[in-house]
Amino acid sequence: METKMNDDPLVRVRNLKVAFHIDKGTIFEAVKGISFDIPRNRTVALVGESGSGKSVTSLAILGLLPPENTIVDPASEILYDGKNLAHLDQATLRELRGADISMIFQEPMTSLNPVFTVGFQLTEVLRLHMGLSPAQARKRAIELLDEVGIPDPEYKINAFPSQMSGGQQQRVMIAMAIACEPKLLIADEPTTALDVTIQKQILDLIAALQKKRHMSVLFITHDLAVVGEIADYVVVMRNGVIREQGPAKQVFEAPSDSYTQALLKCRPQLDRRPVRLPVIDDYMDGRTHGSRDMSERVRGVNAADPIVLDVKNLGKNFYSREGLFGTRTFEAVKDVSFKLPKGKTLGLVGESGSGKTTVGLTLMRLHQATSGEAIFEGKDILSMSAREFMPWKRRIQIIFQNPYASLNPRFTIGSILTEPMEIHGIGTNAQERTDLAFELLKKVSLPEDSFYKYPHEFSGGQRQRIAIARCLTMKPDILICDESVSALDVSVQAQVLNLLQDLQDEFGLSYIFISHDLAVVKYIADEIMVMSEGKLVEIANSDDIYRNPREDYTRRLLASIPKGWQGGRAVAGTAD
Amino acid sequence: MATALKSVTPLVREVPHTVSPGLWALAWKRLQSDHVGMVSLAIVAAFILLMILSGVGLVAKDWNLETGVNYAPPSFIGADIESGTPAAPEAQPAAPIPASEYKSSVVDPLADVLAEIRGEKGKAGVAAAPAAGDDAKTVDPLADVMADIKASGAKAGAKGAEVVAARTATLPFGGDKWGRDVLKKTIKGSETSIFVGLAAAVVAVVIGTIFGALSGYYGKWVDDFFNWFYSIFSSIPYLLLILAVAAVLQQKGIHTIILILGLTGWTGVFRLIRGEYLKHKAREYVQAADAIGASNARRMFIHIFPNVSHVVLVQLSILTVGFIKAEVILSFLGFGVPVDVVSWGSMLNEAQNELILGKWWQLVAATVAMATLVTAFSLFTDALRDALDPKLKGRMGA
Repeated sequence: METKMNDDPLVRVRNLKVAFHIDKGTIFEAVKGISFDIPRNRTVALVGESGSGKSVTSLAILGLLPPENTIVDPASEILYDGKNLAHLDQATLRELRGADISMIFQEPMTSLNPVFTVGFQLTEVLRLHMGLSPAQARKRAIELLDEVGIPDPEYKINAFPSQMSGGQQQRVMIAMAIACEPKLLIADEPTTALDVTIQKQILDLIAALQKKRHMSVLFITHDLAVVGEIADYVVVMRNGVIREQGPAKQVFEAPSDSYTQALLKCRPQLDRRPVRLPVIDDYMDGRTHGSRDMSERVRGVNAADPIVLDVKNLGKNFYSREGLFGTRTFEAVKDVSFKLPKGKTLGLVGESGSGKTTVGLTLMRLHQATSGEAIFEGKDILSMSAREFMPWKRRIQIIFQNPYASLNPRFTIGSILTEPMEIHGIGTNAQERTDLAFELLKKVSLPEDSFYKYPHEFSGGQRQRIAIARCLTMKPDILICDESVSALDVSVQAQVLNLLQDLQDEFGLSYIFISHDLAVVKYIADEIMVMSEGKLVEIANSDDIYRNPREDYTRRLLASIPKGWQGGRAVAGTAD
Repeated sequence: MATALKSVTPLVREVPHTVSPGLWALAWKRLQSDHVGMVSLAIVAAFILLMILSGVGLVAKDWNLETGVNYAPPSFIGADIESGTPAAPEAQPAAPIPASEYKSSVVDPLADVLAEIRGEKGKAGVAAAPAAGDDAKTVDPLADVMADIKASGAKAGAKGAEVVAARTATLPFGGDKWGRDVLKKTIKGSETSIFVGLAAAVVAVVIGTIFGALSGYYGKWVDDFFNWFYSIFSSIPYLLLILAVAAVLQQKGIHTIILILGLTGWTGVFRLIRGEYLKHKAREYVQAADAIGASNARRMFIHIFPNVSHVVLVQLSILTVGFIKAEVILSFLGFGVPVDVVSWGSMLNEAQNELILGKWWQLVAATVAMATLVTAFSLFTDALRDALDPKLKGRMGA
């Protein structure tokens, strides 16, 4: 196309300022005057943690910000094709949106309308924007589905979204986005909700389509590892300002900004395992880098380690009604056996639907096991009655994925921490319990006055600390971490992982660490158990499993981990 | 477990801290910024204050006193010359008005019939109970009730043989058939109506919440049972159900009305609360409560309930509005409050006869009072819902 001749960037963002009315009198500045370019035929990645303003920026380009409470600074410019998108009327914007600029959202399951077939939704776009006849549109839709890699498109065009997997739904979303041959594709965290193997496929697909169709892609993500694989240019944002921007090679190999450096280092690496993960503050405070302990932590279990929990042939079935009298059995966990050594961490990895969370909940007896036993101090905790189990209950605790949902919003932190002690009769009187709560707050590095606050006053990372403190009040032996750091920003993730490690070192806790994030599991776990479709695939020391996986499935899983910057794509950096 | 349902209140330790606003405090702050909501709240509060004052006897205690002439017109209209002069027959038991004089009230199409009845009544009254007070009766089925009322009235000194000697020709907002002050009557009536509305709403909400909580939390056969119960209840036409309960309960009285409305009105609350519990019991904070060993009852009422209580509160105010209107309808139909109690409904019931005579003030008084309260209450409910669930307003979070 004409890209070679035309060096003007496709979109030029200049001094973009966006603020929101929170309530009367309060204005929140989400984006504080940023400028960057989206060149033609290139992929630009907008990287940042939550609250950085990256999504607001993309919505501003699309003109999708809610007009009733948004203030876009009059001096802001989003120049596209000679037009300033920041101050364009809605009708013109709407025309641009379908045809020239299109968007893929994070959650494919909610972005497609469940009551229409994907074919209907796809042809609707084609007929509205391209003016095709129904027959033409259908033909084109089948071509598009084929192009995004949907197998058997002529049959799948009549499928409803619910009949497709998450990955396929995201492919359909991409097909809809590229249907009108846009010049700019905005992808807002398009792979965050997907499994790591699917993520790989979708990233490859977006990269291939970008090349083939000479589009520009604005890729929004929090994950630098993903960025390294796909982007030509990287823009790093934090708190509404751009910290650093430049060609991917430069940003990854020689980051000039301390925040970018921190982001690159905080994330657990597959090839290294420092005793402590560096956290953002290490970099932002400008502390000397040499003072940090860069020695490697040794992981792995030995045969001599005392076993704290011995799980044998664990099974869990779910039943759903089918027809009038029939029931259908779904085996979520099938015949899983493992041993958890004291003071060590067992990592549990697998794709969604592999049954890893069910294992955790069943061991907590939040689900009733269908078969198998779990021997804890000589007793099978799965076959006990609820009453018998009560004294054991406090010894196995769980930290949930979503820190926003796992704390009761109507309780103060003080109540949240003292309640379990009261239930289990820990501490002789209220004073003692209160003292213990304050002690634990200190242990998880929260200020003392947190005791009187409510959960909504804390950030995600702080809430996860509170959840950890709540578990610690019961002095558990085993802590199940169910995707406990998955919802957290990279920088906060490192802090919580460090905290978990410190606690293990201090109290000799045993962890069952459930996660889909293989890099995190590699960092924290001594032993790793891989699950697929409810079955145990492989269990081995974590270093062994990463170095020589025995099973095909494990190999595939490992191969799809985003590797980050690996020298980059051929085109990267050529513009400079 | 002894501590099963004790909410946790940790001891205070001396740490310098600012008092954090809880979710309720934040909701209150949001409500305060809603002007319509605050004005409505003030009106509702004023009505409730009036209800309490009237309940303890500080206001409108003497509403029963026949201070004016019969159908005394409002002061701002001035005394009605035509009907203002002769005293009504009821008030003069010793001297029944001759039928001919009664006929002279021109507009009454039923004058003949009335006169006939009056004549008979008067005769009987003279014979039977000359000192009985203001009404003479022969075939009155409510004679006992009336006797009671009079007895108690006499005791209280509010009414009796020594009734006001001098009746005024006009009253601030007119008088009713017996010359009672409509304004005071409306205040007394609002006491009944609001009390019935609030109390019935509380009954309905308590039943609905408990059923809904059990049903949604336990699921399975408990849920099935309550759903059947709910389906049966809601399959019967509402008014019919009210009449059926009224017939079963047999006696008339404020408590009966509260029970009728409460027992029939819980279904909507039940459905909502059941849904909320279904949603919340799968939430992680409830699982976390399970993990720390909280009992079922504790999870249901200490953990989940505060998180659905805003739904309960909104339902309470929606139902109060509905029940105030329902009480009015019931009383209007004659299934409502007993004759010795005044409510907006019974006032409207009386007003339908008065309107024929062109005496509109009782109707207006009751209607305006009710419309004001119901509108204010509804607006307040809307504001409350917005304040408690800010997501509804579609504001984008930061």
